[in-house]
Amino acid sequence: MNTARFRVIFAGPLVSFQDSGRVGHLRFGVSASGPMDRFSHAAANLMVGNTATNTGIEVSLGGVVLECVSGETTIALAGGSFSLNCADQASEGWVAQTVHQGDKLAIRAGAWGSWAYLAFAGRLLVDEWLGASATHSMSGFGGGALTTGLEFEVSDAEARETRIGDYACPKIASPLHDVRVVVGPQDQHFEPQSVDIFCTQSFQITDAFDRMGVRLDGPTLVLKNALSIPSEPIVRGSVQVSGDGIPTVLLADHQTTGGYPKIATVISGDVDRMAQLRAGEAIRFRALSAQKAVESAREYQSLKNDALAQFSTPRATLAEKLQNLNLIDGVVSAETT
Amino acid sequence: MQFPTFKPVADHALLIEFGTQVDDALNRRVVALDKTISQAKIIGVVELVPALVNLLIVFDPVKTTHKDLETAVRDLFPLKEAEEADAKVHRVPICYDTELCPDLAVVAKTVGLSIEAVIAEHAASELRVSMYGFAPGFAYLSGIPKTIQVPRKPSATRGIPTGQVMIAGPQCLVTTVVMPTGWSIIGRTALKVIQDDPDNPFLFNVGDTVAFDRVRRQDLPAEMQMP
Repeated sequence: MNTARFRVIFAGPLVSFQDSGRVGHLRFGVSASGPMDRFSHAAANLMVGNTATNTGIEVSLGGVVLECVSGETTIALAGGSFSLNCADQASEGWVAQTVHQGDKLAIRAGAWGSWAYLAFAGRLLVDEWLGASATHSMSGFGGGALTTGLEFEVSDAEARETRIGDYACPKIASPLHDVRVVVGPQDQHFEPQSVDIFCTQSFQITDAFDRMGVRLDGPTLVLKNALSIPSEPIVRGSVQVSGDGIPTVLLADHQTTGGYPKIATVISGDVDRMAQLRAGEAIRFRALSAQKAVESAREYQSLKNDALAQFSTPRATLAEKLQNLNLIDGVVSAETT
Repeated sequence: MQFPTFKPVADHALLIEFGTQVDDALNRRVVALDKTISQAKIIGVVELVPALVNLLIVFDPVKTTHKDLETAVRDLFPLKEAEEADAKVHRVPICYDTELCPDLAVVAKTVGLSIEAVIAEHAASELRVSMYGFAPGFAYLSGIPKTIQVPRKPSATRGIPTGQVMIAGPQCLVTTVVMPTGWSIIGRTALKVIQDDPDNPFLFNVGDTVAFDRVRRQDLPAEMQMP
């Protein structure tokens, strides 16, 4: 069995191991965690020929530097447009390449996006909790955060030549400034004009932004009275408004219940794209009916499946590529010499 | 307003609410509905999240809609009064030591009782698991007697370790992760709500009863005996 071993040379804050998430334990206070951008995490895995749900590394704006201390394997980078420096090669954006013993790979924030995903051909061996490696940042349960000096292994590591090269980031993985919501479920606690303001005016992403949620800057949303409602369930995408009228969108590691009223909830197809925005960027919310939201979820599901299918298909090997090139040129090198 | 109400939550969840004031009777209805829906095997249901006065159904929008789900759930009414026969009673060993739990003295002063009287009231209480919330394994235990109820502190204390028994208002909690809190710490327990058992990772189910057994400081594991 081939194993590749990596050492963390440097890791910024909020760089963690994440599989596709720990779904099904909300009733015990456990949010699903998993990638902030679930599509890109799946895509990175498919780019190296893994199953979409495998464990990968979520890279924050803080970046990460790894060293391959033994073995070799193909890696893929997807998500935001981050730069990759590896074995004297530099690239930015979605890419797959093979790393060998002694190679250092540095991933840093590039042109856009808040989160990038690094997948390894094979299986990352990290701690699991409740059957998932997804890291819950508040408790540290799961695979955990990457810290300087940490070493980890990839089992069944393999250089997969038919996977390497540049990949295009599809439109459904780009950051989204116009985000769709369904109003409620506690809109009755707001002055009616506050719901209108929320659904028409522009807000800004602030740097109070981590895996639990992101606070927004913008017009104040006026609560009818500063009552505390019975603590009730929260989902990824819930927009809760604190007593001072400031909205926070709850994300992958959200608390599972809370007593602040929720003015609206971001639909599931838009919430991860929203999470790729950066502090200072503008965001606008647009209200959909529940029925339209379900239709959009179905549409998103089929777009997502089509887009992911593109990443599942292996490419030609280098030898095949050269041969194709020769055939197209109508020249076979052997005959010209 | 006619309860229960059904409210859409984004494209993939439905919130069913029985009322707006926290009370045990409403929470029993939540637990009854939770049980009824989980037995009914309704198409598209992904998970159920019972809370104090409402229940969230998370669903797969490819398989069902808010409307179809509401119809399916309304068909389950009237609910059978919650059979709590399968509700368990958990005995939680607890050490009330003023050195380990400095908030005991503060609580006693606030409610005008002696520290011993506060301990006696808490130790004799029978609490009900009314929901899990906030963080992994945070079970909200309701039924703290009025005589020892205190509000949340005005500001949170950071870095509260696991195994602390804390109260705020009518509720009690055993901490399972290190976190900031504004609740008052009145006891310490070696009991772990999050278990190592993969088939049964959480000790309590919503609807269960929790009672306390008082233990001495030296009965705690060595690492918990220090302040």
